[in-house]
Amino acid sequence: MSIFVDDDTRVVVQGITGGEGKFHAGQMIEYGTNVVAGAVPGKGGQEVAGVPVYDTVDEAVEAEDADASVVFVPPAFAGDAIFEALDTDLDLAVAITEGIPTQDMAKVNKRLSETDTRLLGPNCPGIITPGEAKLGILPGNIFADGNVGLVSRSGTLTYQVVDNLTERGIGQTTAIGIGGDPIIGTSFIDALEAFEADTETDAVVMCGEIGGEDEEQAARFIGEHMDTPVAGFIAGRTAPPGKRMGHAGAIVSGSGTGTAQSKIDALNDAGVPVGDTPEEVADHVEDFL
Amino acid sequence: MKLHEHQAKTIFADAGIPVPDSRLATTVEEALDAVDEIGYPAAIKAQVHVGGRGKAGGIKIATDRDEAEQYAEEILGMDLKGYTVGSVLVEEGVDFADELYVGVTMDRGEGRPVLMVSTEGGVNIEEVAEENPDAIAREHVDPAFGLHPYQARKVVYEAGVDADVALDVASILSTLYDLYEANDAAEIEVNPVMITSDRDVIAADAVMNIDEDALFRQPDLAEMAEESYEDDLERKAGEYGFDYVRLSGNVGIIGNGAGLVMTTLDLVDYYGGKPANFLDIGGGAKAERVTKALDMVFSDPNVDSVVFNIFGGITRGDEVAKGINEALAEFDEIPKPVVVRLAGTNAEEGMEILSTDLIEVEETLEDAVQRAVKNAEEVTQ
Repeated sequence: MSIFVDDDTRVVVQGITGGEGKFHAGQMIEYGTNVVAGAVPGKGGQEVAGVPVYDTVDEAVEAEDADASVVFVPPAFAGDAIFEALDTDLDLAVAITEGIPTQDMAKVNKRLSETDTRLLGPNCPGIITPGEAKLGILPGNIFADGNVGLVSRSGTLTYQVVDNLTERGIGQTTAIGIGGDPIIGTSFIDALEAFEADTETDAVVMCGEIGGEDEEQAARFIGEHMDTPVAGFIAGRTAPPGKRMGHAGAIVSGSGTGTAQSKIDALNDAGVPVGDTPEEVADHVEDFL
Repeated sequence: MKLHEHQAKTIFADAGIPVPDSRLATTVEEALDAVDEIGYPAAIKAQVHVGGRGKAGGIKIATDRDEAEQYAEEILGMDLKGYTVGSVLVEEGVDFADELYVGVTMDRGEGRPVLMVSTEGGVNIEEVAEENPDAIAREHVDPAFGLHPYQARKVVYEAGVDADVALDVASILSTLYDLYEANDAAEIEVNPVMITSDRDVIAADAVMNIDEDALFRQPDLAEMAEESYEDDLERKAGEYGFDYVRLSGNVGIIGNGAGLVMTTLDLVDYYGGKPANFLDIGGGAKAERVTKALDMVFSDPNVDSVVFNIFGGITRGDEVAKGINEALAEFDEIPKPVVVRLAGTNAEEGMEILSTDLIEVEETLEDAVQRAVKNAEEVTQ
C-alpha cells in the first residue's frame, strides 16, 4: 500500500522540453514511473524522453489517459500551468517550481478549493512510493520499500532523514515533500490523514520548519485523530525573527509566531517525540517499530 | 524585501493617499535645508529596516533649528540595532487627535489576503493582537475577485472608527489594497493613520514588504531592492544568487536546501557553537558556485571555522567533490578551517576523491558539525 501515487499512476510532465523537465522526466521513467506524455505549448508532436508531447494538458490526458501531472514550468508561468492541471480534473498535480509569486498562489488556492484535484507543492521535491513511482526530483536510490510514511516541507532535509532510515534498514511506504512556500496545496494534515488510513504505514515521520502554524495544527490533528505513532523534527531553531531562511515560507514573524519552539511544544503536547538531530528522529522511529 | 519608509510613502502619494510633507536627507546640511522648507515641528526619522525605530532613538521631533541640527547629527550615522543610519526622512509634524492602524497582508493559513483595522494605532500592533485580539477588525478578500469596496467600509465600521472620518479611512484602505495587488506586496501597514484636529486623515508611517518571488515582474521595485541592501555580504549574496542570512556567531555554514541548511545551523547551536550565517547554494554544486560560497564565508570577518554540508540528491557526490576540488585549487592555503561532509548519491566515491590537503572530512552531519564547532573554539582560544 501507499498513498497518493503507485504503479498505476499515469503521469504527464508539464514543461518536459525544458532542461529540468527533460532530465527529470528521464529520471522518473528510469525509476519505473508511468510517464505517458509531456505537455508544452507549441511543442505538440515532438517526442521527449521517449514519450509524446502535446500542446495542452487536456490533449495529453485525452490521448494518453493520464491522471497526474508534474509541473516543471518557470515561476512566471507556473501559476498558469497549475490552473491548466486543475482545470483538466487530474487526480494529482505536483508543482516542483520554486519562486511562484504568492499572489498567484492565492488565486490557485481559490481555484483548488473548487476542484477535486490534489495539489502537492509548489516548491517541493515531489512524492515517491519506493519501487512503484516517483513524481518529482527526489533521488530514487536513497529510498527503500517499507512501512514508514514521511512528510516534510523541505527536500534535502527529507533526503537526510530518509538516508538515516534506509541505512538502518527501515524502508518507506510513501515519502512526500509538501513544499516550502507560504501557500501550498496538500498540508501536513492531509498527508497524516492518508498515512493513518494506510494499513501498511506503521509509523510516520513529520519534518517541519519555522513559519506559519501548519505544524501546530498538524500536532493537534495527531493528538486527536491518529493511532499510528509519529516522530517529528523541526528545522530553524536558531533562525532570527523577520529573516526569510531560504524557503519563502520559512520566516518567524516579528510577533514571535511560527517559532520552532512553539511547534516543538505543540508536537510534544500531542505525544510526538521531536529529535534534536536527524539521527535522533531515526532512533524514535526504530523504537516505534 | 522591505522598502524604506520614504520609498513606500512616495508610492502612497503617487496613488493619492495623503502623506505628510517630507524630504530625504543624507547629511546634516540637507536635513537643515529640509526643515527650513517644511517648518516646525519636524520629525527626523532614521531610514533603516528596523522595527521599533522610535524607542531605539531613531525618531526625534525638532521644535527649532538647533534641535533639528542636534537630532540630525545624532541620528545620521548612528548604529540602530546593528544597522548604520545612512539617511533620514525630515517630515512635517502632524498635530493629531487620533491614531489608527490599517494593514493588508496575506493570511497564510487561509491562503487569502486580509484587511486589518484597529483604533488602537500608534502602538505595537503585534502586542495589541496578543493582548486584545478583538481590538483588530479583519476582513478576508477573495483573490479571484479582488476587493469589493463595501469590504473596506465594513471593516472600518467594525473597528469602530469615528463616523465622520470612516469613509476617508475606507478609501485609503481600498487604495492600499490596490497597491498591495499592483506591487505584489507581501504586506502593507500604516501605523499610525493620523486623524488631525481638523479631521483630516493622513498616513503618517508606511511599511511595505514586497514578495521577493515577484520582483521579476516589478522592475521598479527590483531596482529599489538593489539599493536597499544594508550589509555588504548580503549584497554580495544577492549578486551571486544565494539565499543568505548573516547571523552573529563564528561558525560559517554552507549547504544545499533550505531545510538542511537550517538544520545544520541548529546543530551548530546544539553542539555549543554559534552559527555565523545561513547560506544555501541550491541544487548541484558546480565549482564556480562552491568557490563563490567559500568566498562569501571567508570574507565575513566573524567567521572562524566553516562547515560545508552537501546532500547529493540527483547531483552525484563525486560531481560535488570535483566541484569542491576545483574550487579549492584556487586557494594556496585555506584562510579558515573547513570541514566537508558529503552524503547521498555516490557520497562514498565523492569522499574518496576529495583533496584533503586543505580541508577536513567527516562522514556524518553530526560529526562534521561537532568538528567545525571545535575548530571555532580552538581559533578563539
